[in-house]
Amino acid sequence: MTPSGSAPGETRRKSEMLDSLLAFGGLMLLRDSVEWEGRSLLKALIKKSALCGEQVHILGCEVSEEEFREGFTSDINNCLVYHDLFRDPLNWSKTGEALPGGPLGALTAMCRRTDPGPVTIALDSLSWLLLHLPCTTLCQNLHALSHQNSSLGDSSVQQVRVLGLLHEELHGPGPLGALSSLAQTEVILGGTVGQASAYILCRRPQQRPTHQTNWFSILPDFSLDVQEGPPVESQPHPDPHTSLVDPMTHLTFNLRLSKKEREAKDSLTLPFQFSSEKQQALLRPGQGQATSHVFYEPDAYDDLDQEDPDDDLDI
Amino acid sequence: MFPELNNLLNISPDRAEQGKLTLLCDAKTDGSFLVHHFLSFYLRANCKVCFLALVQSFSHYNIVGQKLGVSLTVARERGQLVFLEGLKSSMDVFFQAHKEPHPLQFLREVNAGNLQPLFEFVREALKPVDNREPAWRCPVLLVDDLSLLLSLGVGAVAVLDFVHYCRATVCCEFKGNVVALVHDSGDGEDEENDILLNGLSHQSHLILRTEGLSTGFCRDVHGQLKILWRRPSQPTAQRDRSLIYQYKIQDKNVSFFAKGMSPAVL
Repeated sequence: MTPSGSAPGETRRKSEMLDSLLAFGGLMLLRDSVEWEGRSLLKALIKKSALCGEQVHILGCEVSEEEFREGFTSDINNCLVYHDLFRDPLNWSKTGEALPGGPLGALTAMCRRTDPGPVTIALDSLSWLLLHLPCTTLCQNLHALSHQNSSLGDSSVQQVRVLGLLHEELHGPGPLGALSSLAQTEVILGGTVGQASAYILCRRPQQRPTHQTNWFSILPDFSLDVQEGPPVESQPHPDPHTSLVDPMTHLTFNLRLSKKEREAKDSLTLPFQFSSEKQQALLRPGQGQATSHVFYEPDAYDDLDQEDPDDDLDI
Repeated sequence: MFPELNNLLNISPDRAEQGKLTLLCDAKTDGSFLVHHFLSFYLRANCKVCFLALVQSFSHYNIVGQKLGVSLTVARERGQLVFLEGLKSSMDVFFQAHKEPHPLQFLREVNAGNLQPLFEFVREALKPVDNREPAWRCPVLLVDDLSLLLSLGVGAVAVLDFVHYCRATVCCEFKGNVVALVHDSGDGEDEENDILLNGLSHQSHLILRTEGLSTGFCRDVHGQLKILWRRPSQPTAQRDRSLIYQYKIQDKNVSFFAKGMSPAVL
């Protein structure tokens, strides 16, 4: 899963972020923005779940099945069950391909899952559902979806994990607050120039909430590359359309000195450098120093004032 | 068609991409030059174009098209261009009886909630046909502009649903492209428009955002264009996903240059 050639410690860190995200069941919100899209991270999480042998159900509302499955290998694609709400969500085409019952029907059908074993349900995206369903209905369905096995009496291990992609800008604080109070884990995506970051907030029952920030990038095969921290260079990358020009060509001055030039430079005494000979020369009362005077002859029409100009200051 | 913009986007009429949604967005400036660019671009690329022109008349687009070297009249006669002139056909909705629902049927409804007739019009226009007609390359839907639908009383979610269906049909089923213009009020006061703009931004593959200069009007720099590639084919290609250029609109062309590098100040 991780590219070969990386250090063992690094490999461990890479899987750590996904592992810690997938360690618990319940609802996980992936909150993304236009600038920092979260579907790649969702696909990375789906890949990880599929590799763990879980069955993965995807309720796809925003991208076509082909586009969603793009980039996954065939053995991962075999583990994915895609419920296509993208092609005809409102039954406009009337071809009979629409999911029965619309978005709500699709959600409740997922709740009535009977097959045992751990399962991951990915909602791509919650935003679409939230725009088409009342917030309360959606929250009730999400709660039912993520707490299925509690009703089976096995509440110690949650076997259902719900991953919901949420586009933050589309919703007001009310629905966002309702959804985040339902969620056990929230991942808020952001970043700087070329580096995505994930702020992860975990709430566990009877525990203090924990939070951490990870810097990562997602590789083409949807594995994660986790970095230590934000990129050091914060200046924008050079424009790819301008070819790189060596700034050292065509200089009108030398950037480096040859050996000879360096020796000449070192042997030179600069005017401000103070040496003992210079000191002696200054201290010795020379011929010119003793005979030098300042002569001042006032002009005939100069207005010379004999009074002290600071007399009124009373110092 | 502006060759400099093609260079920036790395596209040309010979090799137009397929299955993409391009969002054009303008804030505090007029971004319609991008609409004219893509109209002439796809007509030159020999694509079948369905143009929902809600803002201006046919002759307006035709005159600008002629400056850019394409004739909309000829394209329409050849069957390459299907032109819905919103200003004219809105009259037909009210004063003429129709058996079939009119594309702009929502204008007659009390609570305009459904753009399905408009979508049916687009699908009929771009549906692949038998070999009787000359084969066009890929179908393209062009909308100028979607914000106007909000002003006509359609809700943001209804417009998003319309674009969703256009995307599912034109981009995924017919392997074509969708290009749509949306205004950005910028002050966050128009909530419906913000939902529309952000919802479309999340759906689109490429966002071209034109902005007026924050320093105000300038004779030699008319604004700046921000290019944002979303959903790159390679997820790691995050580095150069976003570029900013300034532009100057000339009579028949638009010149682009790096920020602060206008020929007038250098």
